[in-house]
Amino acid sequence: MVTTSDSIYINGLGNISPQKTSDNSNFLKEPVTSVTNRLACIEPNYRDFISPDILRRMGRLIKMGVASSRICLEDAGCSMPDAIITGTGLGCLEDTEKFLGTLVRNKEELLTPTSFIQSTHNTVSAQIALLLKCHNYNFTYVHRGWSFESALTDAMVQIKNGRASTVLAGGMDELTNGSFAITSRLGHWRRKPADTACLFSNPAKGSIAGEGSAFFLLSSAPGPSTYAVLSGLQTFNPKSLNNSLPAILEGFLGQAGMLPGDIDLALCGMNGDTSSDSIYKELTDSLGNSGIAAWKHLSGEYQTSSAFGLWMASMIMKSGDIPDQAVIRGTGERPVKTILIYNHHLGLNHSFILIRKP
Amino acid sequence: MGHRVVITGYGIVSSIGLNAGEVLDSLIGGHSGIGGITRFETIHKGKLPLAEVKLSNKELVDHCGLRSVRNYTRTSLLGIAAAMQAAAMAGYAAGQELRTGLISATTVGGMDRSEDFYPPFLENSAKGRLREVVNHDCGDSTEKIAGFLGIRDYTTTISTACSSSANSLMLGAELIKAGMLDRVIAGGTDAVTRFTLNGFNTLMILDKEGCRPFDGNRAGLTIGEGAAFLVLETEENALKHGKPIYGILSGYGNANDAYHQTASSPEGTGAALAMKKALDMGSLLPADISYINVHGTGTQNNDLSEGIAVQNIFGENVPPFSSTKSFTGHTLGAAGAIEAVLSLLSIQQDAVFPNLRWSTPMKELYIKPVTELIRDAGLEHVMSNSFGFGGNNSSLVLSKYIP
Repeated sequence: MVTTSDSIYINGLGNISPQKTSDNSNFLKEPVTSVTNRLACIEPNYRDFISPDILRRMGRLIKMGVASSRICLEDAGCSMPDAIITGTGLGCLEDTEKFLGTLVRNKEELLTPTSFIQSTHNTVSAQIALLLKCHNYNFTYVHRGWSFESALTDAMVQIKNGRASTVLAGGMDELTNGSFAITSRLGHWRRKPADTACLFSNPAKGSIAGEGSAFFLLSSAPGPSTYAVLSGLQTFNPKSLNNSLPAILEGFLGQAGMLPGDIDLALCGMNGDTSSDSIYKELTDSLGNSGIAAWKHLSGEYQTSSAFGLWMASMIMKSGDIPDQAVIRGTGERPVKTILIYNHHLGLNHSFILIRKP
Repeated sequence: MGHRVVITGYGIVSSIGLNAGEVLDSLIGGHSGIGGITRFETIHKGKLPLAEVKLSNKELVDHCGLRSVRNYTRTSLLGIAAAMQAAAMAGYAAGQELRTGLISATTVGGMDRSEDFYPPFLENSAKGRLREVVNHDCGDSTEKIAGFLGIRDYTTTISTACSSSANSLMLGAELIKAGMLDRVIAGGTDAVTRFTLNGFNTLMILDKEGCRPFDGNRAGLTIGEGAAFLVLETEENALKHGKPIYGILSGYGNANDAYHQTASSPEGTGAALAMKKALDMGSLLPADISYINVHGTGTQNNDLSEGIAVQNIFGENVPPFSSTKSFTGHTLGAAGAIEAVLSLLSIQQDAVFPNLRWSTPMKELYIKPVTELIRDAGLEHVMSNSFGFGGNNSSLVLSKYIP
């Protein structure tokens, strides 16, 4: 399914990630690199966003989600969105593990409700609504590598159908020791710590794990700090569509009134894993001379990492700068007016997000 | 945007029946699905009731014609069992030209198997069988259903606690109205797990005797399990293909109570807003609603808050209402879709199903639920409410199909 529009604007951003991204005036000026197989968020001082008595009980993902949503709303100058829509692969995992762990250890006795309550997948969007006293539409999507894309699709549909003119949409996931242990056993991560500064020049099996929370204020009208126009989105599985990636892209761009040659920059979800990065090459080979950039050496791999990708694309569009450490193939003199974000999660959940200059 | 979204198929699996026919027999006969715990070992066995689906996972695999239980969580098996009925009823087949999406909803996903994985894993993180945990996430059950049905155009999963699958129907209708899909199979599925049973138990909102919605002496909810899916498409499409139409999804609304993470506001702000939105979308007045299938969990908090919201919206003329959770238990992420199917059955049968185990009026309200089956009820528009944690309130209006 393809969603297109020519009048949906990205008017605000808020991003908490393993990079210094919580301040929108600093676009990856001091990139954080390390030799590791897992990245953790650089968290802001939450007291700047949330009162201490509320903060004390909040799980980590909730803090990250609420703070990044606040940064986003402030950036856009929006105090009350018409809808709040989030996407998360696994939700508040720390609380889920805590409740399940206590249940097992205590053999179902002496349990307390806090971690059970917070384990509910819509807790982040609910807490944002509660703190804003926002009575509007509030949805949460939980579909693996399409969680954030589903939230974004719904946000576009709400605006297209005239239900909302401003939508706060975001994607968030947290990495815990438990989930890292399980996904390591599943072979998702590098066995030996890798240098994130040269992840793509040292390909091997496995990627680096990550986490983050990124929000976007989408609006039917441009605002004082508009970053980009969100013009298209598609989630798909090439296998079930029984079609090649270049052909699927052509169909997608066709619905948005564009051709592959119109793409100035392809921002791709390469993660340094030799078993799945070749898929990206299949697409970029079909794009002629457009620039290519990547983000997962900065954010790590997780279900909603495309939200980091959209944040980066929005920043590139507004600033005109592609950070050196993100460039795979430069754009030369070509100005960046159209960016395609292409991501896949474990080869199953693929997505295209298309943004253009307002 | 002017298209009417109609229902051309539905399927249901619950503690009161494995298909719509069995469910209807239970509703007419007044047979509740609430009983003892048999599905898993727990210290609450013999003390707390549940509304379980009577088949084991192995039996569900056979029921769905699958080969092996190995890759399936109970949540996905229940989902497949319900979705395949809905798809068959609507004449769905993979490869048809209509652009078809699947929107499912769940709160626990594959937690039933994660619970088996976790004890050895907690002792030693190198232990625990990985195949018990790889299907943990909520998207897994949706992917399994989509794979079973051969859905290719769109697949997603919603999780907004106990309003989840009402919200699936809402999204489905919006995608059809936006012209992005021709047909959507929308609903939800949830299995009972020790996780949810113990979670709700810590909140001290489980009634030891089985839920008594809207009763003055109610003491909490009873957890149930099940799944339901409805097939939505435009009226034009349905007519063009000569399909029977079972009802119209004429209105829906989602609002947030923004009061507390788990408790509902005393005045039912979010609930009233959701009902108002659903009425407005259907260009309906409160007087047009002929029956409300209430959320009615049986907790002190919900029934009071919802009751006040209903009184505020409908005033002196509150239509007949009942909570069918007294039959099915509270099926959490599946509840919205299950109750949408029950609302459709009400419309089809022109019957209001009773609110079981009710004896004492709530002193704070002037309304009381229907406690005996009403036939020839003259139903035209039925409202179905689903409210969840995080103040997530949804209301649907299902209407009799009049060409």
